[in-house]
Amino acid sequence: MAAEPQTISELSRALKARQTTSESVVDGCLQRIGERNPTLNAFITVFEHDAREQARAADREIAAGRYRGPLHGVPISLKDLFDVRGAATTAASHVRQGHVADRDAAAVTALRHAGAVIVGKTNLHEFAFGTTNEDSAFGPARHPLDPSRSPGGSSGGSAAAVADGMCFASMGTDTGGSIRIPAAACGVVGLKPTCGELSTEGVVPLSPTLDHIGPICRSVADAAIIYGTLRGERPAESPSESPTLRLAIPRHYFLAALDPQVAAGFETACERLRESGATLTDVVIPHAGDIVAIYLHIVLPEAAAYHAKTLERRPEDYTKNVRIRLEMGRYILGEDYARALGGRELIKREIDAALEGVDGLFLPALAIPAPKIGVPTVRIGGAEEPVRNVMLRSTQAFNISGHPAIALPCGTTSEGLPIGAQIVGAFGDTAGLLRVASRVEAALAAPVAATEIYRGPGRSR
Amino acid sequence: MTVKAWLEMAIHDAERRGLPELKPLLEALAKATSALRTAEWNADATGEFASDPDPGSPAPTNGR
Repeated sequence: MAAEPQTISELSRALKARQTTSESVVDGCLQRIGERNPTLNAFITVFEHDAREQARAADREIAAGRYRGPLHGVPISLKDLFDVRGAATTAASHVRQGHVADRDAAAVTALRHAGAVIVGKTNLHEFAFGTTNEDSAFGPARHPLDPSRSPGGSSGGSAAAVADGMCFASMGTDTGGSIRIPAAACGVVGLKPTCGELSTEGVVPLSPTLDHIGPICRSVADAAIIYGTLRGERPAESPSESPTLRLAIPRHYFLAALDPQVAAGFETACERLRESGATLTDVVIPHAGDIVAIYLHIVLPEAAAYHAKTLERRPEDYTKNVRIRLEMGRYILGEDYARALGGRELIKREIDAALEGVDGLFLPALAIPAPKIGVPTVRIGGAEEPVRNVMLRSTQAFNISGHPAIALPCGTTSEGLPIGAQIVGAFGDTAGLLRVASRVEAALAAPVAATEIYRGPGRSR
Repeated sequence: MTVKAWLEMAIHDAERRGLPELKPLLEALAKATSALRTAEWNADATGEFASDPDPGSPAPTNGR
């Protein structure tokens, strides 16, 4: 008997060949959600009826020879910032109570056009303003391997759902790392494309100049399928791909404060890449030490601008932590925002320079394993640091610069918690990044990220 | 406005609005603002870079 499809690539082959049906796969996902969501709290809304209808329609079309492509009949979820016509976009906040979207977000339209089955909307850190998912009007999402831990955030429900087999992929958003952080924490793949490539129309914003959307899924190939679908194109083959994979490691700053097990796991991954023939060199991003200051002076005022009216009228409808963080942004001066925009250009130029002569930057995606829920600080690099700051440290630079970046699994801790690596590609060349990531994934021999967690619909863990 | 004056103003306003819990966050933000203002890449109107520290600024602790 053939193994259950684990990835979109495998499932789409089986659906196209009519070895399985979308209805049975969607049924399996809905069953899994029913069994596991009471524990993991990954979903806010489940479109049980609509998903079954969409699945049956997909099966009918495929049977009639009208196959739309690799997402046809594939169950996918959406972080609950994406508008779905006729449904609430809660943003995990009481502020959105009573909201009903009057149209689909642009990405949802593209996914529906490709035949994807939308199974539901996932939990998140309220308004995407946090890295742990603890602050949600619907309660925290929880890690599939250890429910006492955070799945990361802000797209934590999405990563937990994909890792646990509730769907084959989920659309997330990433303003400082909110796709890559939970992907790393849960042992799946998360892609943040180049800034501006994918439309954020119909997606609740956090910081409009830093916001990105992208997929969380179980393989690099699956990320490429969703990215290509949303771009409306197939990623082109590169005729000039270097025979030897050349990666640069920005050790200064980015590897300076890591959990010891994450550091060890990352170095093991580097060794595996060297054994596979890759060359790894060190590179310095000279002003990396300014990244946090630049990021804060952009994200805080941009978020405050969006929320100013509701902060005045309905402050009690926010969770306490998110409200206070939003309030901070209302005090930032225009001159400091302007300075941060200048710094943003500098960081972009320095990352461009770091990428010269290599195929990508290679660094950890998350400095710590999935943290315990409710623990505000973590001891790292000899100092006690806020969990939020530590979780953003590896990722926020590439929201500032806009370079495409992808998180993929590269090992586990002694407790079996996932460790994630991150690859950063040239600005505007997300397709090239995906090709590099595919080679790295093969070298690390981790083609199906979720297999340690997920064994297929209806199977016990 | 100096960072010191900004911080005093911001804390005063937050307390007036019944948000005393903002104080430690604003103090941390002031350190980041100092780091931003004293970064060597800031240009000033003389055409020079590398501005002098803002008088009365909290010491930057932003990983620098």
